Amino acid sequence: MSEEEAHVVSYRTYILVWIGLLILTTVTILAAQVDLGAWNIWLALGIATVKSALVVLFFMHMKYEHWLLRLFFLGALATLAIFIGLNFFDILYRYE
Amino acid sequence: MSEAPHRDDAGAKLGMWLFLFTELLLFGGLFVLYAVYVTRHPESFASASNELDLVFGTINTLILITSSLAVAASVTALRKGSPGTAQVLLGAAIAAAMVFMINKYFEWSEKIEHGLYAGSSLLKDRADGWGVYFGLYYFTTGLHGLHVIIGAAILAWVFIQVRSGRINREHYISLENAGLYWHLVDLIWIFVFPLYYLIL
Repeated sequence: MSEEEAHVVSYRTYILVWIGLLILTTVTILAAQVDLGAWNIWLALGIATVKSALVVLFFMHMKYEHWLLRLFFLGALATLAIFIGLNFFDILYRYE
Repeated sequence: MSEAPHRDDAGAKLGMWLFLFTELLLFGGLFVLYAVYVTRHPESFASASNELDLVFGTINTLILITSSLAVAASVTALRKGSPGTAQVLLGAAIAAAMVFMINKYFEWSEKIEHGLYAGSSLLKDRADGWGVYFGLYYFTTGLHGLHVIIGAAILAWVFIQVRSGRINREHYISLENAGLYWHLVDLIWIFVFPLYYLIL
């Protein structure tokens, strides 16, 4: 990786991301007040995923990083997904 | 100067991210525990989670999101050549961390006063899922709170270095890495908030 001049993110971008996070927080709180059954969980997790994507891409600068670091990040997410996924293979079918 | 001091910003950032991956897996483990036990005790988790105060949860969410904005903007301020603004923003983030912990103190005190703590007589009388829910609640929010305290200490450390000029327009990787840690604290809370305060 070269020591090239890294990208400076503008205040405007950060403030737009912050407004987006505030809106999504409001949406997730309002959505939790309505009874949608199991959809409440998926909606809440979906909104949390979008919020975390905003934080990682902009606040944590991942959008502007070298492809190798982005690949490492995806590797960590894949590890986490395997970890969670295989646990559910176990607990969902163990007592059948 | 006889020899230029060793410098590897890309390596420093990669190292920080590798550490953050282990943090993701650490909290990931706690979320797996939550997911396993919520499928085993859905009714207890639903009624126990109603004991949490949505107001505290929401205020703390807003505090963390806004403090993340301040830390991110402090990097921009420093790189645009205004270390004074960067210091103000870092100071605001540290203050936000303190307010977060004060809220946490009141929130936990209220729970403990109502007899909701590990091994309390109230929880012994309730269904098993209640004890599991509050065990996980205290452990997850406690570990997160510890990260808030450590994060605030790291922000204070970089604040001092921005002030002394050790962190400056050309040498800002420590500020960026401290920021990454602080954003991770925000990131974890983004999942803690809906799982414990909102759904069910």
